[in-house]
Amino acid sequence: MDYLIQQSLNALSFGAEYALIALGLAIVFSIMRLVNFAHGEVIAFGGYSLAVTGTLLTGNPWILMACVVLACMAVAVVLERVAFRTVRGADLTTGLLTAFGVSIILQNLFLLLGSPRPVAATQFIFLDRTLTLGPVRVSSLQIYETAVTVAAIVALLLFLRRTTLGMALRAAALDFEMVRLCGLRANRVVAGAFAISGFLAGLACIFIMARRGSAQPHMGFDPVLSAFVACVIGGFGSLPGAVLGGFLLGIAEVAVLILLPQSAGGLAHAVVFALVALILVWRPDGILSPAREKGDKL
Amino acid sequence: MLEIGRLRVFHGVIEAVHGIDLCVREGECVALLGPNGAGKTSTLSAITGAARATGTIRLAGRDLSGLAIEDRCRLGIAIAPEGRRVFANLTVRENLVMGGAIRRDRRALAAEIDSWFQRFPVLGERRDQPAGTLSGGEQQMLAIARALLARPRILLLDEPSLGLAPQIVGRIFRIIEELKAQGTTILLVEQNAAAAIAVSDSVHVLSNGVVTRQGPAAAFGDGSGLMDELTGVHG
Ligand SMILES: Nc1ncnc2c1ncn2[C@@H]1O[C@H](COP(=O)(O)OP(=O)(O)OP(=O)(O)O)[C@@H](O)[C@H]1O
Ligand SMILES: [Mg+2]
Repeated sequence: MDYLIQQSLNALSFGAEYALIALGLAIVFSIMRLVNFAHGEVIAFGGYSLAVTGTLLTGNPWILMACVVLACMAVAVVLERVAFRTVRGADLTTGLLTAFGVSIILQNLFLLLGSPRPVAATQFIFLDRTLTLGPVRVSSLQIYETAVTVAAIVALLLFLRRTTLGMALRAAALDFEMVRLCGLRANRVVAGAFAISGFLAGLACIFIMARRGSAQPHMGFDPVLSAFVACVIGGFGSLPGAVLGGFLLGIAEVAVLILLPQSAGGLAHAVVFALVALILVWRPDGILSPAREKGDKL
Repeated sequence: MLEIGRLRVFHGVIEAVHGIDLCVREGECVALLGPNGAGKTSTLSAITGAARATGTIRLAGRDLSGLAIEDRCRLGIAIAPEGRRVFANLTVRENLVMGGAIRRDRRALAAEIDSWFQRFPVLGERRDQPAGTLSGGEQQMLAIARALLARPRILLLDEPSLGLAPQIVGRIFRIIEELKAQGTTILLVEQNAAAAIAVSDSVHVLSNGVVTRQGPAAAFGDGSGLMDELTGVHG
C-alpha cells in the first residue's frame, strides 16, 4: 500500500516537473511557433542565480525563491528581446536553430563564468525531507512539487481567462495578426508569453535545485528534453496538452521503472519512447492537438 | 478623414495594387467595389499596416507610413476583416473585450459591450460560448462590434455580406446604414454592388489593381451598369 502511494507520488511529482516546463515551451510555441530549446538554460540561469544571490545577498530561502523566479522571468524576456525577436516570423527551422544556438552559447557562458563542475547551492534542499504519515513514508519535496504545480496551473488558467493579456495570448495562438489589429502591441504579448514561461521555469528550477543542491551548465537540458516529449504527446502548442503530456510522461516513466525487471533497467527510456511512438501512431499531432485555423506568426 | 495617394501594395514581390487614390471624408461611407482578386483586401491591408505598401496614407492629417499595425489601430483604424476572423477559441464576450482592449475607460467599455448584447440579442444569449460556435452572420456582427469597440475614427469593412443568406445580408446592410446615421466613417469593400451603393456616398471601382471608375453613389444607379467590371470580364 505505502509502496503504491510512494510510487504514485513519484509519478505525480515527475509529471508535475515536466508539466511546468512543458507549459513554458507550449505557451511560447502557441503564439510564436518557436520551439524554445534554450528554455533549459533559463532553468540553469535560475540555478546559478541562486548560487550567486545565496552567497552575496541573503540566506533566507523564501527571498531566494523569489529571486530565482524573477531571474528566470528576466532572462527569458531578455532572450526574447536580444535573440528571438530578430527571427520572429521566420520559419520553424530558423527559430529552432536560433534556440539551439542560444542554448549552446548560454551553456558555454555558464562554463566560462561558472565552472564545468557543479556549483553548490544548497539553500533549497531543506524542502526535501522524508515525511512519515502513519505507515507511509513520502518525500515532502514531491508533495510540494505536485501542489505548487497544480496551484500554478490554476493561477495560469485564471490569468488566461481574466486578464486582457491572458485573453490576448489565447487569441494570438489562433490569429496573432488579428490581435495586433485590435491594437495590442505584439512585443508586449510576446514578452508576456516569455515572462510566463520564465515564471514556470523558475518554479521548476526551485524544485530541481532542492533535489540537486547544485547548479551545472547543462542541468536544464534533460528536463527540457522530457518536457519537449511531453508537449509532443499532448499536442505541441496546446496548453492542456502540455499538462496532460507532462503527467502522462511522469506516469509512464515510473510505471516502466516499476514493471521492468531490475536487470532491464537500462531499457526504461527505450520503453518510454516506444510508448510515446505508439501514442503518436494513434494521434500523429498529439492527444490534444491545438486548433490551427490561422497559423500566422506575425 | 482618410486620404490615400498613389498607393501601391505588395505581397512579396507581387504588386497587387498599382497606384490608387482614394479619399473618405468624416461621416462618409465610401464603397470600394471590384471582382475577385482586384486588390480590395490588399488596399485595406495597406491601410491597417498588414501589407507592405508605398504611397501616402493619411488619417486625420497624420501620415501612417512606417507605423506598426497596432499603432495604426491606436490612431483610429479598426477593421472587420475578410473572413471575419473572430477569435474562435475565445467567448463572444472575450472577443468584444479584445476589441476594446486599447481603451482605458473600463467601465464605459463594459456598458458598451452590454449595449451591443442588447442590439444583437443572439450575441447576448451566447456571450459565454466560444465565438467559433456562432453562425457566419453572427460572427460578422461580432466582428463589426469588436471593431467598433475600439472607438475608431474609421471603420474598414471587408466583404461583410460574403457567404451569408439573403436576409442576413439585408440585416448587415441595415446595421451599416444605422452606423452611418450615427456618424461612423466607413470604408466598405463589397462585391454586392447594389446593396453597397445604396448605403454609400461615393463609389470606387477597382479592377486588376487600378481604379477604373469612381464618383458619387447616385451616378451608379442601382449598380447594374457595373456588371462587366464586377464579374471580372475585361474587354
Ligand atoms: N498573401 C498574398 N500573397 C501573394 N499574393 C497575394 C496575397 N494576397 C493577395 N494576393 C494577390 O493579390 C491580388 C489581389 O488580392 P486581394 O485579396 O487584394 O483581392 P480582393 O479584391 O480582396 O479579392 P476578393 O474579392 O477575392 O477578396 C490577387 O492577385 C492575389 O492573388
Ligand atoms: Mg478580398
